[in-house]
Order: sequence, then structure tokens, then C-alpha cells
Amino acid sequence: MQFFLFHLMPYADLDLAASDKYKSAWVTLPNSYYDPRKGHELYNRYLDELEMAEPLGFDGICVNEHHSNAYGLMPQPGVLAGALSRRTKKVKIALLGRALPLVNNPVTIAEEFAILDNITGGRFIAGFVRGIGAEYFSWNVNPAFSHERFHEAHDLIIQAWTKTGPFAFEGKHYNFNYVNLWPRPFQNPHPPVWIPSQGSTETIEWAAHPSRRYTYLQTFSPVAALAKYMQQYRDSAERQGWQATSDHLGWSVPCYVAETDEIAMREARPHAEAFYQKFLRMPPEMLLPPGYLSLQSMQGVLRAKAQMQSGEKSLEAVMESGMFLCGSAATVRDKILHFQKEIGFGKLLTMLQFATLPHELAVKNMTIYANEVMEPIRKAQPALAAAK
Amino acid sequence: MSEPKIYFETVEGCKTSIMRAGSGAPLLFLHGANGASRWAPFMAELAKSFDVIVPEHPGFGRSDMPDWLDNVGDMANFYLSFMKQFDLKDVTLVGTSMGGWIASEIAVRDQSRLRKLVLVASAGLRLKGVPPADLFLWSQEELTRNLFHDKALAERLLAMPVSPEDSDIAVRNRVTTARLAWNPRLYNPDLEKWIHRLDLPTLVLWGRQDALLPVAYAERFREAIKGAKVQIFEDCGHLPHSEKSPEFVAAIRQFAGEA
Repeated sequence: MQFFLFHLMPYADLDLAASDKYKSAWVTLPNSYYDPRKGHELYNRYLDELEMAEPLGFDGICVNEHHSNAYGLMPQPGVLAGALSRRTKKVKIALLGRALPLVNNPVTIAEEFAILDNITGGRFIAGFVRGIGAEYFSWNVNPAFSHERFHEAHDLIIQAWTKTGPFAFEGKHYNFNYVNLWPRPFQNPHPPVWIPSQGSTETIEWAAHPSRRYTYLQTFSPVAALAKYMQQYRDSAERQGWQATSDHLGWSVPCYVAETDEIAMREARPHAEAFYQKFLRMPPEMLLPPGYLSLQSMQGVLRAKAQMQSGEKSLEAVMESGMFLCGSAATVRDKILHFQKEIGFGKLLTMLQFATLPHELAVKNMTIYANEVMEPIRKAQPALAAAK
Repeated sequence: MSEPKIYFETVEGCKTSIMRAGSGAPLLFLHGANGASRWAPFMAELAKSFDVIVPEHPGFGRSDMPDWLDNVGDMANFYLSFMKQFDLKDVTLVGTSMGGWIASEIAVRDQSRLRKLVLVASAGLRLKGVPPADLFLWSQEELTRNLFHDKALAERLLAMPVSPEDSDIAVRNRVTTARLAWNPRLYNPDLEKWIHRLDLPTLVLWGRQDALLPVAYAERFREAIKGAKVQIFEDCGHLPHSEKSPEFVAAIRQFAGEA
């Protein structure tokens, strides 16, 4: 199993009571609640936290893309990945945006990712997403064309990375006379591609296509949904004539580890509850605008996410469903090993800072997690692999 | 209430659901974002004076979703083919909300089969500084409450049972509406440029308390279309045909009867 440190870079100083006056911490929460002086401190603090991942022994670090919200302050994640690419030397850097349908020129993404791949000498992992529904309000992009634009932009980017330029690209949404990427990506044929998703059937089928075999990442979902979607990926691969391995499957989950179960729950509670109740809060219309999902997927995801949308998620409830890992190192280790055995993911992306969690606790969490969860699991891995 | 004939026709490769009743001059009714899957009282009333034809737009209700449908211009060209295929002449074209936008786009392209135009709380033009409300951020319940001025009427509608078929159609209608009208939101800059070419007797109807497309848009249409008459319904939201049904029908009858 590979271990990644995932950060959302939330606006930790959010006035939680004030944000309750709005429909959501997304799209319509006025940016008068954002203080740039605090932002200055937060960005530098969060970059420090991500940089710590290397000495702590993580395999990689992850940033992502969201717009116009307090939940994650990385609307332009390439800037953050660029900063990290020079301050780290060994870890992989996964950029788990970009939201392809949002841009009118996907070549900018091919360029940005190729630069990161060049600077890091091939430590870069490319994420492709559609963005969540709220993004379609913030960027005023038509959600009904989201799938079309995603597929077309993806094809354009992969061609830009792999075909000798200049070449013409003739699409419905994107048209170019001269695609000719300078720089070409460092990795050959191109950086690995990861597809974070919340369980859209179309996305799973598409990622599992034999011509792609992209790593599928399930984000912030109950364990039952995680198991279902990962099985769906394996089934889809098998139907399409190939065998998916644990390497093709990743799980992204917030996690808090402390000296004991009791301390962990006490320290995590206000921040975990703020994460689920405040930072993630949004009405279904904002999460799933019309056309963003097929009717069939829409019904499926609404059922899976129904719990997430209720604003009353207690720490106990999110721990129970496996949407949040919390406890002593032994407790968290056992859970991860149990889920890993049951579900078979090979990449674990833990978010060790969330919502309002302060720096000291985030660092303590990262340190205990790295030394007492990650390292023991790593040591046990050869034995696990042999047992298979 | 007279029962309409409900049937399907294929136009431009799209299986299209049609309700039709009455006799006299043809009145083609183009529905808005909420669709027109049921024969409504105002339709029955109009059928006493007209041959009332109510299609469900491609991508709405029981009609197919054709692969050519990307924007309101496609919809307008579809209806030009529709009128030609059924040889409709001297048509009184009535469009509400997004249907008014489609009607305007039809008339700008080719008004040879049209006699008169009625635009009801119509989308299609922009009024800077007065954006339409964001209907896509409204839940189905909020939508119903916000579209009617008479809150009691909205609550009565919300209390009615919704069948799974109704609910599927509502989701489908929203998807097609987004496809056509998300960005630019509910207008077409090209229509703004060319709507002045429209040369038809035109009646613009609006509800004073329209919460989706504010009543200021009625004036925008009056300015854009030469000779257009405007009638505003008091105590009325975005759906005058539904909320002020008798007044709405009377306005159309009178307008159609004028030389």
C-alpha cells in the first residue's frame, strides 16, 4: 500500500456562525469573511504541513481544486504544486484537480502538468475531475455539457502529451489548428492519471477502460459505498478483459490519530464536526446541478450521499460509517488493515488536517500517523502480500 | 373540459409528444422550463376559439432527446420544420418563459407561417443590472413557491401527490433547460442583435410579481419589438396562464381578434 498526505487547505478561520446564515460555505458565502492576512498565514502553514510529509516517510502529497468556497483554498492548484515541487525531492506530487470541463482551453492544463512533471523529474501524478456541482455555478459552466467536455478535454490533453506536434484537434467544444506542447511531459508516455470521483457509474466505467486503466479514487464516502464502487471498477475491468489490481484503487479519507481513542475523539470532535456540518454543507441543487450526472447515477449518488447532506453529522456517525477514521494508532491501524483486506485498495490518501484543526494538532496527528500507523503497516505489508 | 388528442409525431428525427384540441385558426403553444405534460384549463378554454397545438419540446416530457439539440436556435429550427411538416399557416404563436424565447427565435428566422406572436414572461433577452433569479439553485419546492404570487395556490400544488413518472419528467425538464439556458443564462446575445427584424403584431404578457424574470423585462421586449403591446397582470407571478388563467385567455382572444 502507498501512503499519501492529502490537504484541502481550508479557510480554518471561518466564522462558523456567520456561514450558517448562507445556503452553503460554497458559491454564495461572501468573501468578506475571508481575511487575506489570515490567508497569508494559512497558505504558508499548509505548505509547511505538506512539506513535512517527505521527512515523515509518505510516498506522496496531494493538492486539489475547488472554487469560491471556504472548504478548500486551492482554486489554482498548480500554484501550490509548483511551490511544493521545489521544496520536496522524493515524494510524488498528485494534483487531484483539474476540473477539465471548467476550462475553455484544456491545453493550459496539459502545459501546466507538463511543467510540473519536468520540474519534479517525473514525480508528478495528474488528476482529472469534473469538479463538483458547485463549481458549475461559480464558473458558470453548463453542467449539461460536463461529460462531453470532460471526455473531449481529456482526449486533447493526452494527445498533446503523446502525439508529435504540431497537430490539429477537431472537437465539438475545443478546436485547435496547432497543438504543439512545449514542454513535453518528463514521464513517458505521460504522468500517471488518477480519477477522483464520488461514485459516478459513467466515470468508473470510463476509468476502467482497457485503453486507460486509470487509478480510481473514492473520496469522502461511507465504507459501504467505497466497497461497492471499487468492486464496480474491478467488475468493469473484468468485463472489458483485464484484471484490476489494488494499485488501480485508492481511498481518500480524513483521519485523526492520538495517544488514545478518547483523546483522539475529544481533540478531533469540533473540527471533524465542523468539516461535515459546516464546510461540506450544501443543498442538493448546488451539489448536483441538472445534467451533471445521468439520471441513473444521480439516483445512486443521492442515496449514497443522503447522509452527507444532512447537516447533523456527529463524530460518532461519521466514524460509524467509515467516513472518518479516528482513534489511537492501534485502532486506526486495525481499521485500515481491515478495510484494506475487505476492499483491496492500494493507495490510501489520508487528510490529516481538516476544517478548523489547528497546526499543532495537525502536526501531532501527522507524526503519530506516520510513525505508528503507516510505518507498522508498511512493515507488515510483505507478510500481507505473501499471505495472499 | 374537452379532451385533447394525445399522440406522437416524428419531426427532424425526434419523436415528439403532442396534445391537440379545438378548431379554428391554429394556436401553437410553446411551454416553458417546467414543460407541459398535462392538458391545462387555459388550454381547454383556448380550444373553444382555436385549434390548440401543445407539443412537448424535444428533450422535455415524453418527447425524445435528439442528438442535435444544443441550444435554443436548434429548437427554433425544429419548430420551423414542425410547422412546415404539418402545414400550419397563420399561426398564433404563444410562448411562455423559455417558450417565449423559442418563439422569438422562430419569428426572427422566418415569420412566413406566423400571424401573431404572444410572449408570456419571456426569456431570450438580457436586461443588464436585472439578472433573472437563479432557478437552478431552487429546489423543486422553492421553484413552485417562487413561481406563484398566490402562496396558497403554490401550497395546494405542493400538496398534490407526485407520481414517479412526474418526478422523472421534472428532472428531465431541468436537465434540458440547463442545456439550453445555463450560459448565457436565459438569453441569446444574437437574438438581442436581430430581434428588431421581427415584424409581427406582438403581445407581451407579464405578471407584476414575477420572481424569476422581473416585470422590467416586459419593457425590454416592448422596446425591442416595434409595435409590441404590453399587458401586466396584477397579483401574478411567473406563470400568468396558470395563475390568471381567465384574464390570460381573454387577453389572447382579444389580441387574436384584432385586425
